[in-house]
Amino acid sequence: MSLVTKLATARRTPGRWHWTDIAAYAYLALGVVLMFGPVLWLAMSSFKTQAGLLEFPPSLLPMSQKEVVVTGHPQPLPLFTVTMPDGSTRVLAQVRRIGIQAQMVDPANPAETIRVAIDKRVPVREFKLATENYTEPLERFAFTRFLWNSVFVTVVATIITLIINSMAAYALSIYEFRGKNTVMLMVIGTLMIPITIILVPVYLVVTELGLVNSLWAVILPGAATPTGVFLLRQYMLTLPRDLIEAARMDKASEWQIYWRIVMPLAMPALAVLAIFSVMWRWNEFLWPLAVLTKTESYTLQIGLNAFQGELQTQWHYLLAMTVVTLLPVALVFVFLQRFITTGIANTGMK
Amino acid sequence: MTGPTPTAPRRDDGAGASDLIAAPLALLSRLIDWPMRAIQRVIGERRMAYVFLLPNLAFFGLFVFVPLIINVVFSVTGGAALFPSQRPYVGAGQYAYLFDCGSFLDPNSCREDHFWRGVSNTARFTLFQVTAMVLFSLVTAVVLNMRIRARGFFRAVYFFPVLLSPVVVALTWKWILQRDGLLNAGITSLGGERILFLVDPSWAMFWIVFVSIWAHMGFYTLILLAGLQAIPADLYEAAEMDATPRWRTFWRITLPLLWPNMIVVIVLALIKGVQTFDEVFVLTGGGPGTATLMVVHYIYETAFSNQVQNFGLAAAASVVLGVVLFALTLAQLAASSRKGAA
Repeated sequence: MSLVTKLATARRTPGRWHWTDIAAYAYLALGVVLMFGPVLWLAMSSFKTQAGLLEFPPSLLPMSQKEVVVTGHPQPLPLFTVTMPDGSTRVLAQVRRIGIQAQMVDPANPAETIRVAIDKRVPVREFKLATENYTEPLERFAFTRFLWNSVFVTVVATIITLIINSMAAYALSIYEFRGKNTVMLMVIGTLMIPITIILVPVYLVVTELGLVNSLWAVILPGAATPTGVFLLRQYMLTLPRDLIEAARMDKASEWQIYWRIVMPLAMPALAVLAIFSVMWRWNEFLWPLAVLTKTESYTLQIGLNAFQGELQTQWHYLLAMTVVTLLPVALVFVFLQRFITTGIANTGMK
Repeated sequence: MTGPTPTAPRRDDGAGASDLIAAPLALLSRLIDWPMRAIQRVIGERRMAYVFLLPNLAFFGLFVFVPLIINVVFSVTGGAALFPSQRPYVGAGQYAYLFDCGSFLDPNSCREDHFWRGVSNTARFTLFQVTAMVLFSLVTAVVLNMRIRARGFFRAVYFFPVLLSPVVVALTWKWILQRDGLLNAGITSLGGERILFLVDPSWAMFWIVFVSIWAHMGFYTLILLAGLQAIPADLYEAAEMDATPRWRTFWRITLPLLWPNMIVVIVLALIKGVQTFDEVFVLTGGGPGTATLMVVHYIYETAFSNQVQNFGLAAAASVVLGVVLFALTLAQLAASSRKGAA
């Protein structure tokens, strides 16, 4: 509550409201609705039943028709509020519908069947989360496979990226050697070459390596990131040289210096790169789309896309799967938000 | 085995990782250390730099530099074979085919009309998107830079969609924009008629621009916000003392000092815009018809998803795209060197 009052009382000149303050807060409020709203709507919709999703206009919360078990009927029956001919209303369960007539029973007195015109009844609705949207895909579809593939690609690719990028950054920040400038130029050069313009030849390389439809085809091509080398190099340049010289005096090998001195000290930069790598890999789309053609090797993103392209899009599963896909990123965001925004502001990369 | 010096941190697990991770890592390090020491004994301390560079450069070479050369080879050869040795040389044939147009302004007059439709759609998309992106991220950055409460929270709000995957972004909006979606519910409740947003060509173009701004605005806002915060506060204090009107302060102080960041935003947005694919592909699939077909989509389709995979034509198209991107990147480098720091 204090936040709200503080919010409401902050303005340009203390004690006075300028129209720009009002405009600014209105703009920000609109921003909150527009930025969070769609994702919130997606999450709420993902808990609706298949029937609930077909409703138009849609209800705000996941509502579904209340059902009741009546003796003498094996299936649970849907409940309706019925307006009787005399004007009174009763809550009845529907046994079946024949044309414009519905056969209904009173749950308390199941022996007697009541015939009701269908326009005289209104469904009884209750708030219910259709968790089966989440549990069923886990059992029935290749969804768990997609999930596992995505986790595997993200974790393995991030580890490889961290190791080879930090090794290169170590070489480029600690040593003076012939060809250093050439290597730096090559790193800058690769920054300019996105996968979009070398799609076909990378596909050839991956085919030559026999990796088509293997997850390694997704992991390997993007493992050496120029941005990662840059980020780590800039950080390693700030490390004290005395430390490294002292370690050399003590006969530590170059590998030991890298692994036991430089790497632990570069942890903050490594953490930033790890977060970026996880985001890149989890969200990657075009390259996996080109190189993965078998369902069992799909990542989540490709699986979702394939699923939405099917003729009868099953939105109730699709929405739930989309929520699962955005969940890790949303969690990363909640916990590391400050970290990420300052990281991006400092490095200018995404 | 010699440990590091006493001044070096003793823990090699860095930021307090548990022993469960640290123990295998230490073992791994020791296993690698043995051959690395042997190499170091042979080539000497200084040249170890090459050993450390090797893995990364091998990846760059294999997956960036070699493909860059093969790309050109692909673009001057024909046939349906994937391996360059089996492809007949056709010279500039692919490029000639790609550029065989009655008029460059009318995709219908071109032999490869899909490519030119892609070019024209991408150009229109980029023009709208970059203009709107710069405007909205500027307004948002200025508002976020005002003396407001909970600035961190609001900054996070605008930044949130940047982290979402393009597929998630596209599906979220597809769900809202579909025939029985939330937006049409709103329109009918106000007494309007349902609109088939993704079936109408103009609406489809509008929505892909809108959605891509929604998804990426936070990133550009951050760059501009950083620029705004770097403007010295005493300039504003001086302006306030002179009783300069606010719009004038904005026009004469804020905008000129923010200009380098604006250029970076414009060029970055251009580079990203020209390569637009993911969100559009999932949201509209390039449709209705070819109304939102982008150049990258054309390349992907020509190389991978058509019945006849035409690698040569796709490679030629990507070389053309590469040239455009190269020019834009040079513009970016020029802009950031003028700014002082990249």
